[in-house]
Amino acid sequence: MTGAARPPANPLWRTRSPLLPPGARSRAAHLLTAAAARGVFELPCCTGCGRFAWPIPEACPDCLATVALSPAPRGARVIAATTAEVPADPYFRQRAPWRVGLVAMDCGPQALVHLDPGAGAGDAVRMTLVLDRAGQAVLHAGPEGGDMQADPQWREMTADPAGRRVLITDARHVAVLPLARALAGAGAAAIHLGVPEAWKPLPARAAFEALPGVRLVGLDVTSDRSVTDLAADLAGRVEIVVNTTDLPRPGGLMAPAAQGDARAMHDSVALGMLRLARAFGPAMAARGADGERGAVAWVNLLSVLARAHPPGWAGYAAAHAAGLSMAQALRADLASGGVRVVTVLTGPTEDDAFQTLDPPHVTGRAVADAILNALRRGLEEVVVGDVARDLVARLEKNPKAVERDLARGGLA
Amino acid sequence: MGLPRGYDGVVLAVPVTVPYVRHSPRPAQWWVGQALAALARGAGLSHRDFDGLSVASFTLGPDTTIGLTQHFGLSPRYVDFLPLGGVSGIAALRRAARAVQAGDADVVACIAADANGPQSFRRSLEQFSRASQDAVYPYGAGGPNVSFALIAQAFMADAGLSRADVGRIAVAQRTNGALNPAALLRGPMTLDGYLGARPIAPPIHLFDCVMPCAGAEAFLVLREETARAQGLPFVRLTAAIERHNGFPDDQVMLRGGWVRDVGTLWSQAGVAPGAVDLVQTYDDYPFVCAMQLADLGFCDRRELPAFLAQRDLTVAGDLPHNTSGGQLSAGQAGCAGGFLGLVEAMRQLMRVAGTRQVARARRALVSGFGMIVFDRGLGSGAAVLEAA
Amino acid sequence: MIWPAGGWHDRGFAMSGVLASLAHALDRGTVRLVDLTQTLTEDFPTIVLPPEFAPSAPVRIERLSHYDAAGPAWYWNNLSFGEHTGTHLDAPAHWFTGRDHAQGTVDTMRLASMLAPACVIDCSAGVAADDDFLLTRPMLEAWEAAHGAITPGAWVLMRSGWSARRGAAYANLREDGAHTPGPDPQAIRWLVHERGIAGFGTESIGTDAGQAGQFDPPYPAHHHLHGAGRHGLQCLTNLHLLPPRGAMLMAAPLKVHQGSGSPLRVLALIEETVV
Repeated sequence: MTGAARPPANPLWRTRSPLLPPGARSRAAHLLTAAAARGVFELPCCTGCGRFAWPIPEACPDCLATVALSPAPRGARVIAATTAEVPADPYFRQRAPWRVGLVAMDCGPQALVHLDPGAGAGDAVRMTLVLDRAGQAVLHAGPEGGDMQADPQWREMTADPAGRRVLITDARHVAVLPLARALAGAGAAAIHLGVPEAWKPLPARAAFEALPGVRLVGLDVTSDRSVTDLAADLAGRVEIVVNTTDLPRPGGLMAPAAQGDARAMHDSVALGMLRLARAFGPAMAARGADGERGAVAWVNLLSVLARAHPPGWAGYAAAHAAGLSMAQALRADLASGGVRVVTVLTGPTEDDAFQTLDPPHVTGRAVADAILNALRRGLEEVVVGDVARDLVARLEKNPKAVERDLARGGLA
Repeated sequence: MGLPRGYDGVVLAVPVTVPYVRHSPRPAQWWVGQALAALARGAGLSHRDFDGLSVASFTLGPDTTIGLTQHFGLSPRYVDFLPLGGVSGIAALRRAARAVQAGDADVVACIAADANGPQSFRRSLEQFSRASQDAVYPYGAGGPNVSFALIAQAFMADAGLSRADVGRIAVAQRTNGALNPAALLRGPMTLDGYLGARPIAPPIHLFDCVMPCAGAEAFLVLREETARAQGLPFVRLTAAIERHNGFPDDQVMLRGGWVRDVGTLWSQAGVAPGAVDLVQTYDDYPFVCAMQLADLGFCDRRELPAFLAQRDLTVAGDLPHNTSGGQLSAGQAGCAGGFLGLVEAMRQLMRVAGTRQVARARRALVSGFGMIVFDRGLGSGAAVLEAA
Repeated sequence: MIWPAGGWHDRGFAMSGVLASLAHALDRGTVRLVDLTQTLTEDFPTIVLPPEFAPSAPVRIERLSHYDAAGPAWYWNNLSFGEHTGTHLDAPAHWFTGRDHAQGTVDTMRLASMLAPACVIDCSAGVAADDDFLLTRPMLEAWEAAHGAITPGAWVLMRSGWSARRGAAYANLREDGAHTPGPDPQAIRWLVHERGIAGFGTESIGTDAGQAGQFDPPYPAHHHLHGAGRHGLQCLTNLHLLPPRGAMLMAAPLKVHQGSGSPLRVLALIEETVV
């Protein structure tokens, strides 16, 4: 069912410039950013006595030992709740009244939180660490079992596709048919699917055209002209971009076609992102606060091989590593508009190209679900599939061990 | 442990208010200079004769008190810098009194001064504290209004106070403030007007909020014999307490640090709790005045509704409270708001309060409070003054 | 360029004989130039190989500046493309059978092949009915019966009408590969060895039919043409403007060091008196 499109901004009014909530934080508080980016709930906890603290101190107020992030129970009780009717800060003033609560966390400390309108003094609530529009971690609290998507303050910080227009860059990716289905089911108002080299057959064409709200458009991210032409049409008319561009070609450095393949993959994955960023980025950043039709998110779907590089996929891994770096730059560039840039790292998918890698492979459906989840929860860093999660965990422990392991072949 | 030493031989003189202005391009240093000049004039001395300088300010940056010594040509034996907001006055007084008592200084100028340009308030919020930056501003709670609204909800619910109960405090203060020619807000206020005022962050509405402005307040702390030698009227300090982060394990602020030391206060003062002729509390916000009245021994917290209904808080009433109209009428000139009650108490006890003079003014209680960096005001203090 | 009134010969230039007549004829329009070249664009379909083989780069026109901050007074582009993109020429070195040929690369190509007579074989009716239409030896012999023998050193161009197609229809890719017309093995072998042609040209991607991988030998046009040191032209257009014979074909590839082919401008000269 096509979602009803959000109402367009009045074309006679100046586009509202994006404002951001206060973004300054102490260095220690940036630990929370990493947790919120991944969607985990971890709070400052003393490594000596185990006491939780809030805000994050430089030493435990009880025993002065070091404080680090630790998984924490999410429950809390509301002590008091109010609305800021006339906030001093321009971002919140634009969005006033803004609901705030003081809660007593089950794990001990008190905290100010963004409070769901369904929760009041005395209520039990469930807390979430979420990234606000400035990309900084904040606490949100809502009734246990409640629907966070119904809280306008939650929706302001996240990128629910309902009523929004989406551009997916490459319909040929194995995740795109399930993603288009999921977005249509989530109520996206329009789904533009880029088709590179439209003169080549597109096997899922009929399935795409059967979905409501879907429009196939020519888009080749290796062509400046193709990207700028489409941006001229769409950059002001999409709220979410999902970059699914990929060109999986196995082969190590010495493989026969390595050079041409490496160039093509780099041009597609890394420079393709650059072209998309230059063509769509400025318009999206400027439209970050454009009423109901403000740009909200840009998802880059990359391979986990961007971080863990098996030598048998040298060119592919290098292209994705370059793409990952570009994605980080794009995140900084779109930050001024409050547009959330999401990195989704997936293990090898069910695409034929990865058949030489051992299972389990990630289904297109799993990737699609991960993208939907990231948009709805405002996540920034997503890892999809057991293989990818395992690699990322091992990298965090000992990257050198991962390098040696992968050199032996496979991804184990 | 016994009581702390008394403050024998130490007195306060020369109450100074540099008239407040809503917005001023003048920096805090200018206001300090004006206060210094007024103190010197009032004392019949040169400001260079002050051998102690204590300054409370939020907008002196990047300077602190030491820079002002050269700026204004003093060579003090004692300097203090107290950016402590509403508890600045009590804190400045306690330290200066001990220095004078011990002979480390003879005449200490205690000054609170703050500038207020159009952007000052918002900018000062942004740099107020690390805890605010990490855990308050990102929630739309910039400025103390929201944080105190949350405390107010819990406090008023626990004490059984309605907005109308608390409104009595605000209305009585505005009645007093009408008699203060220096007050910036002097229009009459009714309880209906208070209740119907624009909501800021419920239950805080417009007339619960002080108006930031630029200004300065000041006084001298000196030995009684020096005051007599100069022919200066003075008041005595008989008791003073101070406590910061008084109840860290309280989930929400239902009581302030005064509760921990209130026994010491009245024992030092040598009188029963509440045996004063007038009270100056820190009135940012009126519900905090109620908290101070309870915590300083006037009644139990849960008795506050009845207490407020029975007492007349105007200058002509049975418990004159915030007799100059408080900050709610005068305006809040930054840290000067923490001196305002002390300076007004001095005027009342010295019988120079003009048309708002309380008839019987022998003993006054002054309370200070402030410095909310996260979820509660950290600073609290109180002093008992007596007429000479 | 504005031709001086009265033509070159009236201006006393040192031109005489055939070339002077040619210049005069061009000036008067009795000899005309026909452009047989498709515009080189980024979305023009290219040959599609299985993924395990190195891919040929598509045409990319990358703007460097356009009277802007990147270059205030000028406009220019970087071009990139595989040698075998758009309207292009295949040199003998492009196929394994021709790899040892002297003069087998574009920089060593015989100049004579760059300007030679063209014989145009009209297969458009057959192609209209069958995407996989094959030009056979009997069809060529029938053409010769009508128009005379194909002369050695001539180009033979297979007119199919394919150049009117666009995009997917032009590439005509299905599950089992491309379906485009071309010569059958016997026809091309006969043209190369019995008629000594300089080269063979088509309107589609490839001198061979789309399904020629199944033939014996596979890709017979590449096999035989290049094995004998001859050339191929593809993605031609406007062949319907040429007479069956009498046109002169000009096809001069970029002189790339040891190149196997290049996109190029293919022109034909035709005489107006010829219908």
